[in-house]
Amino acid sequence: MWAGREPSESATETPAQTRGHRRGAVMALELYLDLNSQPCRSVYIFATKNNVPFEFKKLNLLEGEQYGEEFGKINLIRKAPALRDGDFCLAESIAILLYLAEKFKTPDYWYPADLHQRARVNEYLSWQHMTIRLQGSKVFWLQLLIPKILGADVPQDKLDAALEDLNASLTLLEDKFIQDKPFIAGDHITLADLVAIVEVMQPVGAGVDVFEGRAKLSAWRDRVQAAIGEELFDEAHKTILGAQESVKLMDASKLQFFKPKILKLFM
Amino acid sequence: MATAGPVEVYLDLLSQPCRALHILLNCTDIPHKVHTVALRRGENRSPEFTRLNPMQKVPVVVDGGFVLTESDAILKYLVTKYDVPEHWYPRQPERRARVDEYTAWHHSNTRPHSAKVFILEVLLPSQSGSPVDAVHLTRALAQLDDTLDKLESMFLRRQPFLCGDDITVADLLAICELMQPVGGGRDVLQDRPQLQRWRSRVQSAVGDAFELAHTILYAVRDRRKAKL
Repeated sequence: MWAGREPSESATETPAQTRGHRRGAVMALELYLDLNSQPCRSVYIFATKNNVPFEFKKLNLLEGEQYGEEFGKINLIRKAPALRDGDFCLAESIAILLYLAEKFKTPDYWYPADLHQRARVNEYLSWQHMTIRLQGSKVFWLQLLIPKILGADVPQDKLDAALEDLNASLTLLEDKFIQDKPFIAGDHITLADLVAIVEVMQPVGAGVDVFEGRAKLSAWRDRVQAAIGEELFDEAHKTILGAQESVKLMDASKLQFFKPKILKLFM
Repeated sequence: MATAGPVEVYLDLLSQPCRALHILLNCTDIPHKVHTVALRRGENRSPEFTRLNPMQKVPVVVDGGFVLTESDAILKYLVTKYDVPEHWYPRQPERRARVDEYTAWHHSNTRPHSAKVFILEVLLPSQSGSPVDAVHLTRALAQLDDTLDKLESMFLRRQPFLCGDDITVADLLAICELMQPVGGGRDVLQDRPQLQRWRSRVQSAVGDAFELAHTILYAVRDRRKAKL
């Protein structure tokens, strides 16, 4: 969607100044990220792993920074991650990942040029939106954030239903997507695995061990972690894995603006 | 990459993503053969179809033994493999990124919010025999309204199609979702002139393929009207 800068930035700058600024300034690519968010993690890992030069613009979603005026100029839907590359602004992590892969000519294996392999990656990236992503998020909110915000436990049957849905999707991830291969699209890690792993880690941040009893999923996670690099993986996940602690310390009154959304979406 | 024969396409025109695929196939020269999988008769749950797609969903394509599910993956695969006009999925990175941005956003916005209206107004009542759940329908319509606002103010702002100056696979996916409630006699774009103009542009761009893809849906609408 379109949210970029208007041609003239400032009423007080002369046309010559504006031209000079635009011609001379080398603007680093900006990535607006909150590492509590799964799609922000995949973008962060991908950009860092591939040495993409970028400026990390930290967003704090739980503090509502996405509703600020500045961010609204970059991303009308007010979601993270967001990319700003000169005048070009982009939302949606998958679009951002594909754009970075193309622009920075990252190694072919991430998003193979081979038609069949690329289609397999796209197939997973498409499927995951309303399955793993949706259900992993829901478990995280129901388990950790909603009790804090509402100041009361979530009904057990709601939690159980959310866990059941997530489990069904994890089974499909193992049986239909990973199968007996090392990675989703075959022998090498791709964007599909990257997007999958960050989503699977979200409920872990809420204290739900999704890997328990899932040997295939655990083995795949180990391979993905190794391919990304343990250090980068751990760095990207430090925030979410500390979520239980940081939520405990949060001031629930500051989170009340989430209440209507919670009641609408989850309850 | 040489493949013997046409792409085998498994679909049901009652399904929105199947229609998007059907339209693309009918307004390009992609050689294909359609196999209907009647969802209403549970043909997606047959042992044979389940072997093809364990998720029991449509559309599915089989291209010389290569089986692919998920409509956006399928559309992108076909327009890349076959010699179709580039506007469907532009190669220039920023223009392509706009299509990828929409097709991602589509999954949790246009698709579920339009589908829900059809499910509540047509599918659930016909399956259960109960009347329409008015409370949930009101909520669903409000959610869809919000999505329509975003389509107008974000994707169609200052441009004729969702991702730029020309039609792309994104417009096909979107229009087919927004048409679904027509099966229940509801035109969700009724009070939205900007979106109606976009719909007309899409219809012009794809010609007869639009009406062809929607015949089944119109038949569902007409049968319901006749019953009332």
